[in-house]
Amino acid sequence: MRNAFAEELLLLAAQDPKIVLLSGDIGNRLFDKFKTQFPSRFYNCGVAEANMASMAAGLAMCGLKPITYTITPFNTTRCLEQIRDDICYHNVPVLIIGTGAGLSYASLGCTHHSCEDISFLRSIPNMTVLCPGDTMELRSLLKAALNSNAPAYMRIGKTGEPLIHSSPPPLQIGKGFPIREGTDLCIFSTGNMLPTALETAALLQSKEISAHVVSLHTVKPLDTELLSSLTPKYSLWITLEEHSLIGGLGASIAEWMIDHTIQQTKLLRFGTPDRFPHPIGSQKYLRAQYGLEPETITGRIIKEMHHANTSCYTR
Amino acid sequence: MHSLEELQQIAARIRYRIIEMSRYGKAPHLGSSLSCVDLIVAAYFHFLRISPKDPSAPQRDRFFLSKGHAVSTLYAVLAEKGFFPLELLKTFNKDGSSLPEHPTPHCVPGVEVATGSLGHGLSLGLGHALAANIQNIPYRTMVLMSDGECNEGSVWEAALFAPIHKLDHLIAIVDFNKWQATGRSEQIMNLSPLKEKWSAFGWQAYEINGHSLEEILAVFSKIPETPGKPTAIIAHTVKGKGVSFMEDDNNWHYRIPTDEDLQKAKQELFP
Repeated sequence: MRNAFAEELLLLAAQDPKIVLLSGDIGNRLFDKFKTQFPSRFYNCGVAEANMASMAAGLAMCGLKPITYTITPFNTTRCLEQIRDDICYHNVPVLIIGTGAGLSYASLGCTHHSCEDISFLRSIPNMTVLCPGDTMELRSLLKAALNSNAPAYMRIGKTGEPLIHSSPPPLQIGKGFPIREGTDLCIFSTGNMLPTALETAALLQSKEISAHVVSLHTVKPLDTELLSSLTPKYSLWITLEEHSLIGGLGASIAEWMIDHTIQQTKLLRFGTPDRFPHPIGSQKYLRAQYGLEPETITGRIIKEMHHANTSCYTR
Repeated sequence: MHSLEELQQIAARIRYRIIEMSRYGKAPHLGSSLSCVDLIVAAYFHFLRISPKDPSAPQRDRFFLSKGHAVSTLYAVLAEKGFFPLELLKTFNKDGSSLPEHPTPHCVPGVEVATGSLGHGLSLGLGHALAANIQNIPYRTMVLMSDGECNEGSVWEAALFAPIHKLDHLIAIVDFNKWQATGRSEQIMNLSPLKEKWSAFGWQAYEINGHSLEEILAVFSKIPETPGKPTAIIAHTVKGKGVSFMEDDNNWHYRIPTDEDLQKAKQELFP
């Protein structure tokens, strides 16, 4: 996703002289073309994320469209107060890019994981939280975020994620995007779990269970219109995210369900648990530890459906 | 252009007003507000090119009060300059007022940013100074910080960044009153030698008496002395300056003046 970000940004910056890129001393060579083409609009801000975030707010107050770019936890939790006070409180258009969403940098250890960022950032007023499911969604959301004239946070993967869309889909911020039609249950996926959602749907299909899959690329604002429309259609909802079960997509939907007294729909949430992983390993390894691979997810869904069918309570 | 004597008269008026504001608004931080009066008066009445008629003009000079807890001084100076009616100062720190105890975004014309948490202003100022370069608009950006604020690491992140990008239209002022909320700053996080620290970071640094309008104007007139270098002014000040029983007494970080205090202050400020 990093390369797609750099490529797309280059195209957008050529069209919009307000775009300014601030990097927290990462992306070695990634932005070489940007630096060459727009030398006055690229700044390596060093390993100083608090200054980078506030400075971005200052640039945005002057009518520019700054983007801050570094590894997710450094660009979010490290400088959370600067994001809250300077960017969100002043409601200025800074786009914060966290590279290495969720467990993308799994083997680098917990200092580089980001399983709490959605939770922190979605609780700040004026903030939009975006989690593209593949590079095509990233391209589409990047453009939308830069045109939104408001604070936004986008968590992106690193490299080599599977491609879901063949071209940038017409995504709108705050509007879920249907990926696969199905009739028995609905899977809401956010961010880099989208390929897993589709693999899960395929596994379910082999058991003659038809899964509807939606990419909820925007966690905030939550697409409540879509949720309302899907409530009567599916009695089982699944949420998939490479993020803590506390405060992420699943939690957002659970909050909405409680507030709207949704009782006929069962919600099954998949995400990371409330503990730091130990021992550490690759993204694949940690996903397996957390039950986030398609086989385990499918197994739990089938178990839940079986339970629902044998329950004496009306669903 | 105002004479030194006129500036001194304005400063005395501002001091009295902020003591009144603290009294009637029941707002603390009076000592911190009094220590930066001369600096802010000199900035607005002598240095900054900002018109109350067009307070958001793109080419205006910027002033950021990073030590947001001293905002009564900024409000009083902005009112004196005509950014909003003097009458509004009576609402300071009252429910629903547009003059809260720490400034909110655009609470009144002339207030550039919301501050209150320390260590944000210099980086915000950097953003504006960098935008001046990117957009090729020749304004200056001045940021006033407290000495306690220099405990924050983000101040030094910003201090490292500015000289690299030759932001000689950026001015940082430290209101060095030697106190922070609960004690002597040198006993909590020793900043000395402060001028040398800023020089070592690549700034054109000065040390002045922050209550001598003559010295303040003299240093302002030099900016930028060295092309390419941002300016740091270490202004030695006295917390509570201008009222004998408040001077250098850190109880006035939180104490609210009584009617009697107000009368005594009036006699001292307008002998």
